[in-house]
Amino acid sequence: MKLLVCIKQVPDLESRFKPNAEGVWYDETDLAWRMNEYDEYAVEQAVQLREKLGDGAKLTVLSIGPDRVVAAIKKALAMGADNAAHIQDPAAAVKDPWQIASIIAAYAKDKGFDLIFTGMQSQDRGSAQVGVAVAEQLGFACTTTIVGFQYENGTVTAKRELEGGVKGVVKLKTPALVTCQLGLNVPRYPTLPNIMKAKKKEITVIAVADLLSEAALATTASFHPPAKKGGGIVLEGDVGELADKVVAILKDKTAVLR
Amino acid sequence: MKTLLIGEYREGKLLDSTYELLGFASQMGAETAMLLVGSETQLPAYGGTLYLADATTCGEYNPDLHKKLILDAVQKENPDYIVFLHSSYGWDLAPRVAAALKAAQVSEVTGIVPGGFGFGFGFGFEVGCCNAKMRRTVRPNTAPAVLTIQAGAFPVEQMGGTPQLQKLASEGKGALEFIGYEPAEKKEVDLGKAEIVVSVGRGIGKKDNVPAIAALAKALGGELGATRPVVDAGWVEHSHQVGTTGQTVAPKLYVACGISGAIQHLAGIKKSDFIVAINKDKDAPIGEIADVLVVADVMQFVPALTAKVAPVSS
Repeated sequence: MKLLVCIKQVPDLESRFKPNAEGVWYDETDLAWRMNEYDEYAVEQAVQLREKLGDGAKLTVLSIGPDRVVAAIKKALAMGADNAAHIQDPAAAVKDPWQIASIIAAYAKDKGFDLIFTGMQSQDRGSAQVGVAVAEQLGFACTTTIVGFQYENGTVTAKRELEGGVKGVVKLKTPALVTCQLGLNVPRYPTLPNIMKAKKKEITVIAVADLLSEAALATTASFHPPAKKGGGIVLEGDVGELADKVVAILKDKTAVLR
Repeated sequence: MKTLLIGEYREGKLLDSTYELLGFASQMGAETAMLLVGSETQLPAYGGTLYLADATTCGEYNPDLHKKLILDAVQKENPDYIVFLHSSYGWDLAPRVAAALKAAQVSEVTGIVPGGFGFGFGFGFEVGCCNAKMRRTVRPNTAPAVLTIQAGAFPVEQMGGTPQLQKLASEGKGALEFIGYEPAEKKEVDLGKAEIVVSVGRGIGKKDNVPAIAALAKALGGELGATRPVVDAGWVEHSHQVGTTGQTVAPKLYVACGISGAIQHLAGIKKSDFIVAINKDKDAPIGEIADVLVVADVMQFVPALTAKVAPVSS
């Protein structure tokens, strides 16, 4: 059985973001990078299935981007993926979800994958489109936002998270793609021996030009901070004084403190 | 300009969020038609054309069939925009429709940016990114284009009237088999009725810090709430989760401790009368909705506040 997990490397979301020179995405200077959080759940679920199936299964991890994304790929390999494909693309950030999906679909189409895992969205872009678009382009069955996963004899049983804490249970037959929601499992931390083992695993580098044939369907016209709505009071300074100020405000503005 | 609005229906009920689609269309100044996979006994208060398919035969979650129904209506209406809610239904279905039409999709639209974008009607759409800290203006390069709108970003608009029904049917099974719903976990804590809620976010740093926040909740006579990441990490039980997938709150006072303000959390707290947020990041999106933003280390500030509050309420 052939498994694929698609991951994105994103900046630490605690960072301060400022527009790049073109004004269409963030400036990458001084950002620290990590694996997209949703994708960590996707990798963990794929690795758990790979372990359950044993040597009859093989798990490939794929990431698109410049050289820096190899760090995220190595983490997935240390978590338990068998090998990797790095789609080398310094301009991945300006591609739209349709193009990103088409690159993944072009890579996957003749490789006979049975099951593809992705995060439900990226933390930086948040479009929640790529996974579903890959499935549509490949003609795979697909469900999204899963918080429960089981696999048995070619059938996936997945639990989708719906609004208000309700869940929807669905079954789908492979070939299939699932997009993973936070809380699906508990992503493991790579151990030192596994980090060492991962260094020997194969990373195939493919130029994006070999896979991309689609034009962008949507374009980012600008990247900017939100308009300040105003109205809120911002307090800064000594903690003791701040507490006094907040107590005074609560007494004045709310009925909960008198 | 015409929009095809995709209404929502779940567990035998029309969802009120459907009316946000009308609020959006109204801000666009667009004509509307609506599509709903639902029931004739649950029609929206809407006077326009409604393409209606029966959920008992087409399923409530059967994206392959629903996609076909939408494509059928698209062919009949020839809309400029096909508009979904950015919900578990919409974000699942919209990319399938967009792929079938090879149309641009813009996800989680929070605002309309008119004019000057040189394609179709020239609209751009404002969307959040980078954990809601930043915004993008996105321009579709195709017509029609597919949009999903953020829950709560556009006003609910009940047009009134009775729809003109155009019934649709779809055959076949689709690739998915829907087994059923699992109800939400029982709420041990009814945060929806609490007058004061003090919530913890990942910014408190570690599980060991939860009791210090719980102490403030106790001193204020309120309940403890939590964000999804804190619940997922096992720091606080799920029954305390506030937000889209947890409980919606409407207290007189909401205190957000170390919460950056993911949109799913903000959606659950916006009915609060007064919001105090404590965060070390002055630019955290919680600042947009907070009445007071205290820029401080949450683990230094909260105990100081608790000490000042405790004698008052005891």
